Amino acid sequence: MENTAGMTRRHLLTMVGYAAGASAMYTAMAGMGYAGTSSYEGPLELTGDPKGASVLILGAGLAGMTAAYELGKAGYKVQVLEYREKAGGRCWTLRGGDTYTELGDFKQDVKFAEGNYLNGGPWRIPTDHHAVLDYCKRFGVKLEPFIQQNYYAYLHNSEAFEGKPQRFREIQADYRGQIAELLAKAVHQDKLDELVTEEDAEALVTSLKSYGVLNDDLEYVKSDAVSLYRGWAVEPGGGDDPAPEPSDIISLKDIVQGRLWKDLLVGETIDHQQAIFQPVGGMDMIAQAFAREIGDIVTYNAKVIRINGTDTGVEATYVSANGGTEETTVTADYCICTIPFSILGQIENNFSGEMQSAIDSVYYETSIKIGLEFKRRFWEQDDHIFGGISYTNLPITLISYPSSDFFSDGPGVLLGCYSWGAASYQFNAIAPEERIEHALEYGSQIHPQYREEYSNGVSVAWHRVPWVLGCYGIWHDKAANYADAVKMDQRTLMAGEHMSDLPAWQEGAILSALNAVKRLHATVTGAEAAAPAPEGN
Amino acid sequence: MKRHISLTVFAAALALSGAASAQDFVQSGTSERLPQTDGEAIYNAICSGCHMPDGAGAIGAGAYPALAGNANLEAADYPIYLIINGQKAMPPLGSYLDDAQIASVVNYIRHNLGNNFEGETDAAYVAQSR
Ligand SMILES: Cc1cc2nc3c(=O)[nH]c(=O)nc-3n(C[C@H](O)[C@H](O)[C@H](O)COP(=O)(O)OP(=O)(O)OC[C@H]3O[C@@H](n4cnc5c(N)ncnc54)[C@H](O)[C@@H]3O)c2cc1C
Ligand code: HEC
Repeated sequence: MENTAGMTRRHLLTMVGYAAGASAMYTAMAGMGYAGTSSYEGPLELTGDPKGASVLILGAGLAGMTAAYELGKAGYKVQVLEYREKAGGRCWTLRGGDTYTELGDFKQDVKFAEGNYLNGGPWRIPTDHHAVLDYCKRFGVKLEPFIQQNYYAYLHNSEAFEGKPQRFREIQADYRGQIAELLAKAVHQDKLDELVTEEDAEALVTSLKSYGVLNDDLEYVKSDAVSLYRGWAVEPGGGDDPAPEPSDIISLKDIVQGRLWKDLLVGETIDHQQAIFQPVGGMDMIAQAFAREIGDIVTYNAKVIRINGTDTGVEATYVSANGGTEETTVTADYCICTIPFSILGQIENNFSGEMQSAIDSVYYETSIKIGLEFKRRFWEQDDHIFGGISYTNLPITLISYPSSDFFSDGPGVLLGCYSWGAASYQFNAIAPEERIEHALEYGSQIHPQYREEYSNGVSVAWHRVPWVLGCYGIWHDKAANYADAVKMDQRTLMAGEHMSDLPAWQEGAILSALNAVKRLHATVTGAEAAAPAPEGN
Repeated sequence: MKRHISLTVFAAALALSGAASAQDFVQSGTSERLPQTDGEAIYNAICSGCHMPDGAGAIGAGAYPALAGNANLEAADYPIYLIINGQKAMPPLGSYLDDAQIASVVNYIRHNLGNNFEGETDAAYVAQSR
């Protein structure tokens, strides 16, 4: 540990404590929404006669289509109204030939090559999102691994290491090794008496030695052993090629001061652990499969402008999404409403005061995604990065490399920006061409090949998406309002990702719909007693 | 010693980022405060994401109200309250802007975008609404 020789042990431990605390905090925030596993219990088996009841579903996102599919299967008469020209809602993939017009009439023509795409919203499905994965299996949606963690990808801070990106595996090995060294030495020197019994101390030191790849003096130093984790300075060869040479290590001080530990744990949260999946060909393969399974029951380009509930049914009125004024009114015995609350709060309705307060207490988070197509896959050819994510402190937050078509010659699409918070607000506020220009400017600090190889790009700024006005719902005070929104309001039930404890995930949208369907069915068949408590999803 | 290092690092970062625009954007995962101080610049860095350039507003399945020619801007208290606390689909933005920035942007929207209401607000006044 020559590099930290000048520091006192206490100073170092303080730094480590600081790093660990901040890291845990960051990790908690890194995945959107909350980290939680799914309550999915397998396919719904609805028994009992729906007695010819009809259900109107508002919105053909995954929540709406899950409800439509399950209710249709159980024998209900189902109709769906959808504002967009196609199904899926936020489960949305942009491909060459698509045009997308965001609010403000900013129009983008997607020019990606055949087979390339940007998942504008959802892009990955964790192992424990059992409901999404089960529908994929039942509907024949082919899944492939999503490379979340790539040890060859970069960690970058424009204000550390002279702005040079560092390989994930080097920071990972060196950070772990030097923290293990500190701890092993502290235990060995009886500095942690109060925490570790004498018998345990030796076992702990042995484990730390292995965990951190420490030598017999409990030091993390440049060595062949360490190079097996962080990489070699001279790679092993054959014949009379030069013998492999171990690489220099990066000091803990530099890692901590450069804050490169910040993104080490993202891939270890339950929402991001390998194995994690993506549909082959784009996330909207799930939307397409649902649309096929529910059949011809969706009225597209239908902008719902009024919802009127009574004791005996629900009527919803819509106009053409393309600017018509002619009103059409649809009635049904029940309604499942999946319209995002950002929009529902602007729709004329006669919901209860509690329901209206609940709707008004949800706003939508900001987010920005920018897809950049490059003529050649330089990240693979020059940098040896096959899928995965590089993280940076620049406003783009990360660069994600495609998890498919490895080694192909053709053009490839990178996710060149995926930000939340202040940086995302800023990206939302500017025109699409400017977003691309910024993404190129920032990204070329990590990959200098950017300017030379750039072909075209497209962005999805979620506050400007006309049919959701944001990324996902955030409750000002969930404890105060959520239960009111879960209750059936006359004959209407709310569903959607915002109506779940897995917001910002497709799993949450589907679970909320399954829960609403179960409760609706219990009401219709007179089995209310069997219905789960409102918060039970 | 410490101070010396951080100054060097800062200088290096400036040299690296070069283009002016880099300074206009916040960095990811650190400060949440926007760097702009001028009212119009703040408007174009955050408000225009929803209320659109020139305060034109927008309509899709849902709408963002136009701020251009908007009689509701008569009293400064209303936009100050909305920016800090949010309202319905407008998120609370008080963590991205300090009191002086909120005052600047409120003065901007009340005196521009086709609006011409009397009076100025300032950081001290905004602070009382936090
Ligand atoms: C940037 C981003 C990244 C994400 N990443 C992931 C991820 O990696 N993995 C994951 O599982 N999830 C992810 N999610 C979350 C996921 O996309 C959502 O949770 C899910 O798709 C929401 O489904 P929903 O049916 O509740 O809402 P939506 O899909 O929004 O459906 C609502 C529907 O209502 C329609 N509608 C709106 N207004 C009206 C109206 N007035 N009249 C008629 N119809 C109307 C809309 O057009 C839309 O089709 C991400 C989301 C975003 C935005
Ligand atoms: C994420 C989108 C979003 C952003 C960003 C945003 N607003 Fe809003 N704003 C809204 C919405 C939606 C409404 C309507 C709220 C309602 O329905 O009550 C609104 C309403 C307002 C109103 C009231 C208009 C009226 O006619 O009553 C004012 C004033 C306002 N915003 C000012 C601002 C300012 C100033 C900023 C920048 C600091 C800003 N907003 C940023 C979404 C946004």
